[in-house]
Amino acid sequence: MIEVEQLTVAFGSGAQRLAVVRDVSFSVPAGGAFGLVGESGAGKSTVLNAVAGLLGGWQGRITLAGRSVQERRTLADRRLVQMVFQDPYGALHPRHSVDRILAEPAGIHGLDRIEARIVEALAAVGLGPEQRFRFPHQLSGGQRQRVAIARALILEPRVLLLDEPTSALDVSVQAEVLNLLRRLREERGITLVMVSHNLAVISFLCDRLAVMQHGRVVETLQASQLRDGQVAEAYTRELLAASGG
Amino acid sequence: MSAPLLEVEDLRISFPARQGRFEAVRGVSFAMGRERLGIVGESGSGKSLTGRAILGLVPHPGRVTATRLAFDGEELQGLGERRLRRLRGRHITMVMQDPRFSLNPVMQVGQQIEEAYRRHARTGRAAARRQTLAALEAVQIRDPERVYRLYPHQVSGGMGQRIMIAMMLIPQPQLLIADEPTSALDVTVQAQVLALIEELVSRRGMGLILISHDLDLVARHCDRVLIMYAGRVVESCRADRLWEAQHPYSRGLLAAVPRIGDTRTRLPTLDRDPAWSA
Amino acid sequence: MSGRAPRLRAWLSSDTPASRRQAAAGRWYRDWLALRGNTLAMVGLVIVVGLVLTALIGPLLPIQSPIDPDLPMRLKPPSGAHWLGTDELGRDILSRIIHGAGATLTIVILVAVIVVPIGLLVGTVAGYLGGWIDAVLMRITDIFLAFPRLVLALAFVAALKPGIENAIIAIALTSWPPYARLARAETITIKHAAFIQAAELQGAGAWHILWHHVVPLCLASVVVRLTLDMAGIILTAAGLGFLGLGAQPPTAEWGAMISTGREYLLDQWWVATMPGIAIFVVSLGFNLLGDGLRDLLDPKR
Repeated sequence: MIEVEQLTVAFGSGAQRLAVVRDVSFSVPAGGAFGLVGESGAGKSTVLNAVAGLLGGWQGRITLAGRSVQERRTLADRRLVQMVFQDPYGALHPRHSVDRILAEPAGIHGLDRIEARIVEALAAVGLGPEQRFRFPHQLSGGQRQRVAIARALILEPRVLLLDEPTSALDVSVQAEVLNLLRRLREERGITLVMVSHNLAVISFLCDRLAVMQHGRVVETLQASQLRDGQVAEAYTRELLAASGG
Repeated sequence: MSAPLLEVEDLRISFPARQGRFEAVRGVSFAMGRERLGIVGESGSGKSLTGRAILGLVPHPGRVTATRLAFDGEELQGLGERRLRRLRGRHITMVMQDPRFSLNPVMQVGQQIEEAYRRHARTGRAAARRQTLAALEAVQIRDPERVYRLYPHQVSGGMGQRIMIAMMLIPQPQLLIADEPTSALDVTVQAQVLALIEELVSRRGMGLILISHDLDLVARHCDRVLIMYAGRVVESCRADRLWEAQHPYSRGLLAAVPRIGDTRTRLPTLDRDPAWSA
Repeated sequence: MSGRAPRLRAWLSSDTPASRRQAAAGRWYRDWLALRGNTLAMVGLVIVVGLVLTALIGPLLPIQSPIDPDLPMRLKPPSGAHWLGTDELGRDILSRIIHGAGATLTIVILVAVIVVPIGLLVGTVAGYLGGWIDAVLMRITDIFLAFPRLVLALAFVAALKPGIENAIIAIALTSWPPYARLARAETITIKHAAFIQAAELQGAGAWHILWHHVVPLCLASVVVRLTLDMAGIILTAAGLGFLGLGAQPPTAEWGAMISTGREYLLDQWWVATMPGIAIFVVSLGFNLLGDGLRDLLDPKR
């Protein structure tokens, strides 16, 4: 479903050229869940933004559902990939109601049965109809993140990118959102790519993961290897130890 | 055991709400000696406010009342602002979450530490500078001369926190309150900073209050743990006995944390019993 | 009747609105309540509403003509027959002030209608697209900003014929740059917010994002700025009127009234002072309202 080959992202030019992502390659099968782990500055969010089509100036090759995609995405491309961001407080427009937030993508793509889709999306993420006309400041962090997930799902994407979706949430709320993501993957067969600095969260949700440091992939391994402690690289081991594994 | 370092009895903090007042902290009581106490809770539990109340830093219009709020036997409530300021920063200090917001962006970090030092110790500039460099070394900063001249935006998160710790420990306080000191840091740096705090605290025989939302972190770095929910302490136990916690909220919280080793396909979610916040 | 008001209030303050209409109405209601709590802002609102009503209804009232001279009655002090006295042609000053309210209101509304869209358009486009478009638009803004308001208005009106329409255009041309700057600053602040990225991710084009996402967030500060600017606009218009370049005689216009009353300031002070007080009161009203709106729209609430 997703093939990333030798992705390189650099900012600046000449002497100040800084490569934030260097030669990153990985692939994710349809319906799979892939994790990108690393500390801040590792480049993992940049990789995600490039795959999402939010970033220009990258080099390499990105293939989604068999088609190679460029920086500029068509409307059809946009239906394929959606993303959930880290900060629930910045993810929703402060002056739009939940209803309007969910109706917008459907409107942009000219979908039919908008009313029904909104109701379905809310139900899919476990929000009741009483939340539908509320504004973001009337919702908790967990509820906002659910709305963000519902918004991502309205277009029925085949790929869902998640940028630290639970790091700003309380532990109990995080558990609910992680369960939700897992359930959605099982029910809809969506392909997931999740960025996180939290190995435990990645190990819960993902089958495979890549460990990044300073813009490069240090190691790619199965989640089961992580659980058994069978890691090859020292950096990975360091991360594992610091995460209490 | 000698008199407890800190005694808190029936602490209540309330804020004006649309109708009446909202109690953010509802009757918190605990006592601690020169040990490491962890206070754990989710957002809204009142843990940060509790820490701030000890220092008298609850923002207006919050109202703080307690039957007893005593440090080293001295009652803190009703103390004049001058006495409180002397206690603050000299005997009780606080390290907060993001060093970027705690450090003055237009002053060199060394100067800020020096300023903090000279406020409490009447010494000359030269002596203060020497102490500052010694403090930077104590927090394992290898190049104190160079770091002294840096500005806050030039230091990484981990180093910024070390600088904060240096600043907060230079006056030799007896109690350090750390409010989410490592939440803004990377995982590997977190471990280093917490180890540093632990080492300094034990070497000087200080008390430590570690406030966090991270149960595992607190269990690893504290002797005793208080778990707060909706303004109350629902559980108090030894850190190494955390896994035997009794209260359903504590058990729920422990179960809800994902762990690398486990193979659960679904994380148990908290069933919030309204009785817990009654 | 007694049952309807509390039910309506409950419907408006409901925490779980059941329709778009209810949610929108609820928001207006909450904003209204917040404004109502601010006494000074309410005073400002009363004054502004008073101005609007005076301008609309005033001329229809059976009051004395503002333009027919009545020479035997010239320069009479305030009395029972003429509450604010008469001017140099014997016209009732109160009546002239009431009729002049229309001119003032026209100027204020038309300037607002010109300045806000231009400022928003230039500012949001410059802020969102950045690059050379931003540079070009901002240099254009700087050029207009460099002109002193009154001097450009003078030049404009003197070049074309004096009159209220040209006065409005002249004032508007010099007033829009600060709004563009304001809109641009707000746009740059929110440009990288996650909800904007989410909209881009959905395939929204730049115009869609600007209109639906950016402008609603800029509107608050622009409206506040506008209300606070009103006083300045009114004074500039009065200044033009004072110089004879605004509404032409015999139309009643507050600035022109001050100008003609200038000669009689020492002995018949009311001729110039009364319209001056009117300008003062209206400017104050807009200022108070603007302050109240700013407190209301402060995102920290």
